[in-house]
Amino acid sequence: MNVLPARRPEYENLLETLTDLPLERELSLGQRLWQRGWLRKSLILLVLALVWELAARYQGNDLLLPSFLQTARAFVEGIGSGELLEKVAISLSVLVKGYLIGIGLAFLLTTLAVSTQLGRDLLSTLTSMFNPLPAIALLPLALLWFGLGENSLIFVLVHSVLWALALNTYAGFLGVSDTLRMAGRNYGLKGLRFVLFILIPAALPSILAGLKIGWAFAWRTLIAAELVFGASSGKGGLGWYIFQNRNELYTDKVFAGLAAVILIGLLVENLVFASVERVTVKRWGMQR
Amino acid sequence: MNAPLQGHTASNLNTTAFDTVLEVDRVSLEYRTPQRVVRATHEVSFEVDRSDRFVLLGPSGCGKSTLLKAVAGFIEPVAGSIRLDGQTVREPGPDRIVVFQEFDQLPPWKTVKQNVMFPLLASRTLGRREAEARALHYLEKVGLAAFADAYPHTLSGGMKARVAIARALAMQPKILLMDEPFAALDALTRRKMQEELLELWDEVRFTLLFVTHSIEEALVVGNRILLLSPHPGRVRAEVGAHAFDLHSLGGADFQQAALRIHQLLFEGRTEDAGAELAFQDVRLAY
Repeated sequence: MNVLPARRPEYENLLETLTDLPLERELSLGQRLWQRGWLRKSLILLVLALVWELAARYQGNDLLLPSFLQTARAFVEGIGSGELLEKVAISLSVLVKGYLIGIGLAFLLTTLAVSTQLGRDLLSTLTSMFNPLPAIALLPLALLWFGLGENSLIFVLVHSVLWALALNTYAGFLGVSDTLRMAGRNYGLKGLRFVLFILIPAALPSILAGLKIGWAFAWRTLIAAELVFGASSGKGGLGWYIFQNRNELYTDKVFAGLAAVILIGLLVENLVFASVERVTVKRWGMQR
Repeated sequence: MNAPLQGHTASNLNTTAFDTVLEVDRVSLEYRTPQRVVRATHEVSFEVDRSDRFVLLGPSGCGKSTLLKAVAGFIEPVAGSIRLDGQTVREPGPDRIVVFQEFDQLPPWKTVKQNVMFPLLASRTLGRREAEARALHYLEKVGLAAFADAYPHTLSGGMKARVAIARALAMQPKILLMDEPFAALDALTRRKMQEELLELWDEVRFTLLFVTHSIEEALVVGNRILLLSPHPGRVRAEVGAHAFDLHSLGGADFQQAALRIHQLLFEGRTEDAGAELAFQDVRLAY
């Protein structure tokens, strides 16, 4: 019954330095290339363009579905003549104005929400009321209030950015750990300085997510709003460009306009937001 | 030595003889849960003198961390008073720097150097250039000068603890508050950190209030140990520990002191077993 396990002998190894074993190996060229995000994404775009081109050729109706090459030609012509660039500039300037005002208001609301109970209630009530409301549904009202012009557009843009960003920022603030909060208060940080030096950097992943969502919402709202009325004081943006060309059955130009929207979206996502993430949250190890 | 020390008035008789930095006078603390209000400590009194390494020791639930947070100014006592250099503590301030147990006490968006500079700049103690010089000086002291430009997420647990200590020392606070700073480290790293902390103390002679639940750590790190009983925290005894350092580990005196502390803390609960309690039965909480 009471059998002890057999005892194994002790031993010691003398470790000599390894000379013949390579401690590092290089990855193969293919593996290294595949690690490049932009290369993988370009490949996806290339495949999509190919599918589009083939589908258009198979269907063979320029009016319904112009091919990729036709669209590309219309796009290059649009850029060359300056018409498309001008429309993009008009849209972007309105967009940036609305976006920035939205960001400012969102930070005001969330700062209020983290500092007072009433601010908290105000934010949660307002976001639950207005977040589900499509910005474009407010356009008729905005037109009534601000007239047929840029101000109405800015109003609906602010509405589309504000709630999504405020919700994300507030959630990020709530997620900041107690230890970090106590450390900040320990150094005498209070009020606005506490928000600026502790809460905002600590909640940056959520804030960036909110900014991205807000940017996409703003684009959507703007193009839709421009499609509805567009020509404010004779200057229409991209949405108006799309709408006008559809009326004149220049389908390839419609597609070129849509492509411009998509391209700007890709550029902002992959250049602006990706760079911001790389020098902040990724560098700090807060996000993979 | 088992005489009750409630109120702890004995040492109030000749306060003038000591250079007292921190006075905690009959402090009662409560914390709130959604259901009830819980009393964490009841009329705890103690005094910390300049260059003391004062340890608060007790089992979990004795309110030692809550007490430290009250000294830091995060919690207001419901009764009693806390005075630092004669001034009542009302809110958190940069004259009492806390080193927490959690690793996320270092803002991840600042490099090691910026982390050490952060409180100096945030509290407007120093200008940018002086703060940088002082940060580098203290990083040198904790042996992390080579990592000044690294971000915290690239450091090991022990290195993060060192940064937190350098950051606290750089502020040159009136008192340094440590809330189980080494509890999340592995045993070997913890031993090393205790050693380094004592070396730093030898050099800088800061005043330290240190919370731990490990009898061994209390004996090694502290020169005075306050024993707290749990539910609610009350002062059971104050024990001197200046005789011990890392080299006394395992010595007969050391084991005797550890046993005595263990009995003081737990005799109420193990009344019948207390007599035959041998040292090997004592679990040194790591």
